[in-house]
Amino acid sequence: METEEIKLKTGFNVEELRKDFPILERLINGKPLVYLDNAATSQKPRAVINSHIDFYLHHNANVHRGVYQLSTESSDAYEQARDKIRKFINAPDSREIIYTSGTTESINLVTYTFGRKIIKEGDEIIVSTMEHHANIVPWQILCEEKNAKLKVIPINEKGELLMDEYVKLINENTKIVSIVHISNSLGTINPIKEIIEIAHKRNIPVLVDGAQAVPHMKIDIQDLDCDFYAFSGHKMFGPTGIGILYGKTKHLEMMPPYQTGGDMIRHVSFEKTSFNEIPTKFEAGTPNISGAIGLGIAVDYLSKLDYKKLHEHEKDLLEYATEEMEKIQGLQIIGTAKEKASVISFIIKGLNVMDIGIILDTAGVAVRTGQHCTEPLMDRFCIPGTVRASFAFYNTKEEIDIFIEALNKAISMLK
Amino acid sequence: MSKQIEEIENEIVDEFSFFDDWTDKYQYLIELGQKQNGFPKEKMTEGYRIKGCMSSVWVVPEFKDGKIYFKSDSDSIIVKGLIALLIRVLSGQTPEEIINARLDFIEKIGLKKHLAQQRTNGLSAMIKQIKMYALAYKLKTEVGKTK
Repeated sequence: METEEIKLKTGFNVEELRKDFPILERLINGKPLVYLDNAATSQKPRAVINSHIDFYLHHNANVHRGVYQLSTESSDAYEQARDKIRKFINAPDSREIIYTSGTTESINLVTYTFGRKIIKEGDEIIVSTMEHHANIVPWQILCEEKNAKLKVIPINEKGELLMDEYVKLINENTKIVSIVHISNSLGTINPIKEIIEIAHKRNIPVLVDGAQAVPHMKIDIQDLDCDFYAFSGHKMFGPTGIGILYGKTKHLEMMPPYQTGGDMIRHVSFEKTSFNEIPTKFEAGTPNISGAIGLGIAVDYLSKLDYKKLHEHEKDLLEYATEEMEKIQGLQIIGTAKEKASVISFIIKGLNVMDIGIILDTAGVAVRTGQHCTEPLMDRFCIPGTVRASFAFYNTKEEIDIFIEALNKAISMLK
Repeated sequence: MSKQIEEIENEIVDEFSFFDDWTDKYQYLIELGQKQNGFPKEKMTEGYRIKGCMSSVWVVPEFKDGKIYFKSDSDSIIVKGLIALLIRVLSGQTPEEIINARLDFIEKIGLKKHLAQQRTNGLSAMIKQIKMYALAYKLKTEVGKTK
């Protein structure tokens, strides 16, 4: 596929990297945008944006269907992207990389196929208190359908999993553990490898919700040895509407299809239909071709970055922001785990979180306010919601200064 | 006779036209919210609560001499300010007038874009609830007349 030369920067220089993200130059309410809602979605580098344009300008055709050149180009790019993603997370086989619309669909796919097949009456599924609704509700529905039970690993005040309780929850009825890698609301990095090892000792498969982890750390599927790993393109600087489900071949092969239609079949007659091999078995209909290619470009972009420096930078941002926020009277950080990604949830005594978010917006600062799709977690802390500032590698200390100043102004206005 | 809904809406639009930026608009709403008191504490119950993801609103109607009077509260001071405006427009009007009120002022002062379209803050739900109360009183009155 002949694409225009995409300039990829090596190393790690924040000011240089920021230039790759055109939206960061925007003004909001006359002020420079300070985008601190990266846990909701990340911004896209020019290379990803250009890949969309390039695809529709030069290569658009359906995949796996045509014998003509355009279709071959499109199919090649679509499959090449799959292999880039495989390499990026160090999965053994690109057939184990399934394109979905995002983490939510990835989890739903597993619940409706794998879950439905293995869960029987009286079985138990383990999740944790800090799960996103997308990793609660599909399992809950399955439990209702099968008369199975959802078991929940509790957390401590800091927002860390109680590992002893986790071990106690496991018994002969446990059939699946489905757990978040990094909490979207608290930033807690869970000891995922240990969680997997504990489950595997009892031959229990583990699904990891990696939506928040992939943008912040190198994921090594073979090292983790998880059974399923779900993540979204849009949180890792790729396009919206594309995501990945990694699954071990042995599981994927025994799973029935999730949706049925074109491309996922081998042979169809009115009497009987046989299905295609993995991963195509799970990709019914025309897929999000430009999304998949764009995600491949996002992976190219991330692969060129120095992850060690990226990690150090995000850690600096987290420490600096935490320090500055702790100086604010009445501010309480929700989620103070020892192992934490660059996400800070907080409340301010006597103030409504939405009010804070609205006033921050007048200063050009974008944060998320509310329950962050983790209502049970908010109930655990007995709070209606939080303000959440989440940082990406392109954020700077100067932006944190603007955020803190705006936050102080908001407090003085609202009190 | 009470002022027409449209007349009050125009007054509010005029008041907001003096503000240059969003900070000033919100400052004004916050002041309105802070001034709004007197919501009966015993009515702050689930039954009167309109729950949003980010804020909750409580609305209590009172029907007197063919008109409806509203009292309201919120845990968001900005929403409370906005409610103060809504109450200024709708409280003391007849059910018919409330049902038909277009409430264009929310859009004209630029707040629709910022607030009312968010499903999360309970504001749209509150307007709907106010209109439901008006509809209920209207039906009740009509049934009373035919008896």
